[in-house]
Amino acid sequence: MLGPTLDDTDRAIINQLQDAVPLVERPYREAAAQLGLEEDVLIARLQRLLDAGVLSRLGPMYQIERAGGRYVLVAMRVPDPALDRVIGIVNALPEVAHNYLREHAFNLWFVIAVEAGSQADAVLARIEAATGLPVYAFPKQKEYFLDLRLRA
Amino acid sequence: MTAESAPVLDAADRALVRATQAGLPLTPRPYHTVGERLGMDGEEVIVRLQRMHTLGIVRRVAAVPNHYALGYTANGMSVWDVCDARIDALGTRVGELPFVSHCYRRPRHLPDWPYNLFAMVHARTREEIAAQVAQIRALLGEACREHDVLYSTRILKKTGLRIGL
Repeated sequence: MLGPTLDDTDRAIINQLQDAVPLVERPYREAAAQLGLEEDVLIARLQRLLDAGVLSRLGPMYQIERAGGRYVLVAMRVPDPALDRVIGIVNALPEVAHNYLREHAFNLWFVIAVEAGSQADAVLARIEAATGLPVYAFPKQKEYFLDLRLRA
Repeated sequence: MTAESAPVLDAADRALVRATQAGLPLTPRPYHTVGERLGMDGEEVIVRLQRMHTLGIVRRVAAVPNHYALGYTANGMSVWDVCDARIDALGTRVGELPFVSHCYRRPRHLPDWPYNLFAMVHARTREEIAAQVAQIRALLGEACREHDVLYSTRILKKTGLRIGL
């Protein structure tokens, strides 16, 4: 996939704001000042970057595990003829946050997010019942590192 | 952290999570805009987010770029079968590599799935990924029995977090 063309200002905006959007009354004005931009220029550029899909979102990044919730990585081995049907079933679930197709016998990998850890099993059981295929849960046992920031 | 020991969110916190999990508005006073929708003062929105940040419930308030759009078109999930006795020390070292965005220990599903260490790697080409994977392989040494790399070929859904707190 070829992304939209980014200029140096876009890159500076992405690199700065993926570290932090200030928690102040006028966060875009404060961020713009650090970038040497006007507030309205920054807001217009952010809107464009969101519309173009360069930014997938902008806001608080919640870690629901600290509030009792849980994320579970799940994999399935889906035969090609069943793929569209299974993707439809999985994507329709509101608990499914991400879903990726990967080159492997285990070809479908998705993350479910639930408010309470005890709900995860019920979601997995629903997916197995609806698809007729086994699901493989890969709950995190230990986090060694997590930081999704990549330089633009 | 278990649910039992997790800090409690009150009804207003939950409403705030629901109102902002898809993102902040691009208005000059975004926290006040959110507050107006919730019948909450803008200053209270900021204070509540700061508190959740202190508790680790909010990792940070930030922009989240799409890796593909930044040119990181090669995204591989590298998976490793690492000796249980050594995985914690080695997992920490793998996580410190600059091209690894997340690194977790997860359960094996024998015999179908022998891998217990997952490290996501990102680059602009698969050749670069192969070099990164070779670096991880060298780091793990004899503690690793086998490994694989699963490339993503399509993002089927990416909504971020949507929970009905």
